[in-house]
This record gives sequence, C-alpha cells and structure tokens, in this order.
Amino acid sequence: MDAKKKRDTLLAETTLNDGVFIEDLRRQMIRFASLQLSDVHLAEDAVQEALAGALASAEHFAGRSALKTWIFAILKNKIADVLRHKQRLVNASSLPQDDEENEDFADLLFDQRRHWQADGRPTLWGNPEASFRQQQFWHVFEACLENLPAKQARVFMMREFIELETDDICAATGITPSNLFVLLHRARLRLQVCLGNKWYSNGERLC
Amino acid sequence: MLNCQEIIRLVSESQERPLTLREKISLRTHVMMCSGCSNYEKNMASLRLTMRAFAKGTNEKNKHEPESRDKG
Repeated sequence: MDAKKKRDTLLAETTLNDGVFIEDLRRQMIRFASLQLSDVHLAEDAVQEALAGALASAEHFAGRSALKTWIFAILKNKIADVLRHKQRLVNASSLPQDDEENEDFADLLFDQRRHWQADGRPTLWGNPEASFRQQQFWHVFEACLENLPAKQARVFMMREFIELETDDICAATGITPSNLFVLLHRARLRLQVCLGNKWYSNGERLC
Repeated sequence: MLNCQEIIRLVSESQERPLTLREKISLRTHVMMCSGCSNYEKNMASLRLTMRAFAKGTNEKNKHEPESRDKG
C-alpha cells in the first residue's frame, strides 16, 4: 500500500517536472479555455489555477493520462465558474460569427418536401461503446468537432463538454434560448453527418 | 404533419427542454413510420453518450493506457 503510494507520488512528480509534457498540456488547456472564455487573460488565470491545484495533490494520480484527465476536469469547473459568475464579461458580441451557410448544409440532406434525401438518410450507428475503445474513433471524433462552425462549436462544447445548463449558456453568451437551440441542433446535425460519413459507414470494421 | 427537418429539430430540443404533449405525439408517430428520423433519434442518444465519454477523458485513456487500470 505504502510502496504503491510512494511509487505513484514519484511518478506524478516526474510527470509534473517533465517540461515538455507540461508545456504541451498547458498549450492545450489555454487553447481550450480561450475558446470557451474568449479572453486570454481569464483563460490563463483559469489554467494557472487548475495546474496549481493539480500540483497540490499530484500523488493521487498515477500516469499521465489520469493526471491530464483530472487537470482538465478541474479546468472545466473553473471555466464553468467563470462563465456563471462573470457573465457580463462574455457577451454576445464576443461569440464568433459563423458564415451563413447553414441552410445550404440542410439543403444537401433534405428534398423539397423537407424529407431525407436517399443519400442523406441517417443509418443506425449501433453500439457506440464498441467504438470508444478504438483510438482511431477519437481522432475522427475530434476532427468532426473541429470542423464545426465556430459559434456552433462554442455553444455545443459549453453544453455537452462543460455541461452547463441552458440558462447559464444564455446568460454567458447573451443569446436567447431559441437561438441556442438552433445552434445546438445545427451542431448535432453536422456531427451526425460527419461521424456517419467518416466513421460509422466504413470505419467500424472491428467488432 | 411535421416533416423530417422539423422532427430532427424536436429530437435535438428534447435534450434541452421537456417537449409539449402535442410535440411528443408528433415526434413518436413520425418516428414510427420514418427510419431516417428513427435512426437520427437513436444516434443523438449515442452522440450524447460519446460526448460524456469524451469529457471524462476516455479518449486520452485509450491513447496512453490500452488496458483500463484507472482504479489503481
């Protein structure tokens, strides 16, 4: 028990002293936090606090991925706090503007009666958990997220990654609930198409 | 009768707010007859599961630790 704890502590310390790993992690955290808060200084503060919190109890985390997951969990909470309490700092004008091409996107999927076109009709994904075990799936998933128009990506990540409630997102961004619902819906539709095309139609050969 | 484009919008909104009785009935009757929207609805549930796993860092675990050993 003690030996294991000692080993874990050592491992965590080694990890946190690995400059390349930390620098890389910090960059990812800043990128993520900046996107959510649209303010570099707020983002840097949140990242700094999350890293400091991690250093304080590093011995609980054996291995880099556990540590990274945990640091991001702290960061998520910090971002959620900032968004909830400093609502006016992030206002509607700071939401990125998307090109007005969303309707064209839907036109590719639906016919004139607004029913699915034959090649746009969704097929069933089946059990997603089987895909979770495949590293390639997560590469595809991240690529699909990155392809979302910026505004959609921002609110979708607030909702589904940071898990903020609708009211908090509306307050933080200054958009109306119905506006938010439209953006979330468009993001989900795009992800459905992207994952359907890039993974579930041909990537799922294993299992 | 709602069309598919309207139905999938309801599918998304059902994750955000309780649907009205009228909306629920429209959704259920449409989905019974339409495989595309029925698949879409099931896939949306999968998408939410996927995001939960993503937020928990399941992807990172798989990158570095092929076997699960996170309970120590």
